[in-house]
Amino acid sequence: MSSSTAQFLTKARSHITNLSPNPLIVALCLIAGLLVVGEFLSPGFASLPQILRLLVVASILGIVAAGQNLVILGGREGIDLSVGGIVSLSAIIAGNVMSGADIGILPAIIACLAIGGFIGFLNGVGVTFLGIPPLVMTLGMLGVLQGLLVVVRQGIPSGLAAPALSSFVASPLLFGVPGIIWLWLMIGLLMALLLHRTVLGYRIYAIGANENAAKMAGVPVRVVRISLFMMSGMFSAIAGMCILGYSGSSFANVGDQYMLASIIAVVLGGTPLAGGKGGYTGTMTGAVLLVVLQSILTTLNIDEAGRQIAFGGTLLLLMVFYGRGQSLRI
Amino acid sequence: MDATLTSRGNWQSILGRYPFVPALIILIMLLVFNGMAEPNSLSFRSVNGLFKTYMALMFLAVAQTLVVSAADVDLSLGAILSLVNVTVVTTIGVFGDGPLAIVAACLVGVFVGFLCGLLNGFVVAGLNLQPIVATFATGVLFTGIALWVLPVAGMPVPSAYWRLYGGSVLGIPFIYYILAGLGLAIFLISRTTLMVKILAVGDDQQGAFQSGLPVTRIRISAYAYCGVFSAFAALCITGDTASGDPLVGNAMTLYSIAAVVLGGTALSGGKATLLGAAIGALTIGLINSLVFFVGTPSEWQNLVQGMSILVALMLGIFVSRRVEQ
Repeated sequence: MSSSTAQFLTKARSHITNLSPNPLIVALCLIAGLLVVGEFLSPGFASLPQILRLLVVASILGIVAAGQNLVILGGREGIDLSVGGIVSLSAIIAGNVMSGADIGILPAIIACLAIGGFIGFLNGVGVTFLGIPPLVMTLGMLGVLQGLLVVVRQGIPSGLAAPALSSFVASPLLFGVPGIIWLWLMIGLLMALLLHRTVLGYRIYAIGANENAAKMAGVPVRVVRISLFMMSGMFSAIAGMCILGYSGSSFANVGDQYMLASIIAVVLGGTPLAGGKGGYTGTMTGAVLLVVLQSILTTLNIDEAGRQIAFGGTLLLLMVFYGRGQSLRI
Repeated sequence: MDATLTSRGNWQSILGRYPFVPALIILIMLLVFNGMAEPNSLSFRSVNGLFKTYMALMFLAVAQTLVVSAADVDLSLGAILSLVNVTVVTTIGVFGDGPLAIVAACLVGVFVGFLCGLLNGFVVAGLNLQPIVATFATGVLFTGIALWVLPVAGMPVPSAYWRLYGGSVLGIPFIYYILAGLGLAIFLISRTTLMVKILAVGDDQQGAFQSGLPVTRIRISAYAYCGVFSAFAALCITGDTASGDPLVGNAMTLYSIAAVVLGGTALSGGKATLLGAAIGALTIGLINSLVFFVGTPSEWQNLVQGMSILVALMLGIFVSRRVEQ
């Protein structure tokens, strides 16, 4: 095929993709639809306090997904499987550092961010300087973190959330909305600014879309990619602290469920795993969609088996809507 | 200078033909370390035990390699393993526990694995969904079905089943017949045209499509074979644990990917070694036993295992990359 034909076809295809529905709008419609269904199944499901409760849960997932989103945007099969391990580790460390006292909150934040950032740094170095594929590097790191959790925990549940942290996560802060939701909105705003208004943001899209071209244009590809993994580690650390505040004390492997859920939230939000395209606003709706869906399945009076079957089936159905890869027939 | 060039060239040609060589070297080193730490660990009995425990992971690693060769990945094969495990156990419960019933139940299990693989292939290649998220979703689905078939772990299999798996036939432990079967399967599959086609798809999907290969059908067959091998892994796990557990395989999915990479297969597809994957699975087993035999305190074992696997993964990729350049 000659290159001009290829160019023409690519252009034609991009027109066709433009016609396909915007993932953001699809997700919002689905959320609204699910809320109506939920209200129908169990009155009070779409009431304001219940929606706020769903948003608190979604915000924790959303914060993990922010880091996941950055790593995925950076391309080269970027993915971070270690987020769950970092979330669990951070919850335990934060609980032990603050051990129930408000005065320990700041040291806990510093310690968790440092550890999350350091783990992300190791991931980034492995991926960039040693050339390990992200899936393998972060998978191996997950194994290390799971081992580390056993050592840190020593078999006994430990750590206690500071009262201020618990009330920040669970009780209303401003206009009746809990602080964690405000935090999430702020992160959403900062992510939008980072991705669309800063040099680093442009560089992230550049290396995600075409790493070689970005390199030749003078983008320090390795530094940018390491920073993505570091931010992912730090977002997971923040999420770990929020979970501690949400549940009061840290329990075993709280982070496990976030590994694949964060990836699903990103994909449902319209960022393809190939990277270079998409953004965080979609991911936020993806996280809400996932949480609302799970909540409906919990509301339904069915057993664990039925819930899993329905959840898996619905996920597949959602992906058929949007989240399809490229067709071979250009 | 010349000498280093030629030696690198030699290595390159060896690695090109036998990409599992680094994995084999790591495996032999681990065997030596194991022997040094605890001479008893190399006894016939302990080696039998190692194969008995890690046979399932060897089958899973081969299964994962089949889809990774086509540049896909299967995050549901642990769930397939669980589903086949509970299916076999409950089917034996329905048919009664005669030898014929056990064979019939195994066949049903393999067929279930095949169907799961087919569904994976359909959603990934047919519907064109991204493999990581799509097979995660089907994995949730399979776990749900496994929980529906057997809600709680613990239904035992008839003693004939696990006695055969752990026992001997004609003086040779049964596990070695399975090993021979796996070896034969690896030998035969590596020589089929389907494997060549799968690798072609993994190497350059667009190119394969434009040369007239039925890409979608090839990817679906890779997933179907993957499902069948996951079912074989489930039959081994059933023999090893002697009971049904709807969540037995969930933790094994990520290990299967680690084994594939340890064996020298690139996740980017197009280059694969089924034998290497089986070696990679054994490597994980030997790392775990070595950590135990050097006397690591129990709460540190997971950490040391995790770090050793990470180092082995990095080393393998780093070395093969160096040689290639």
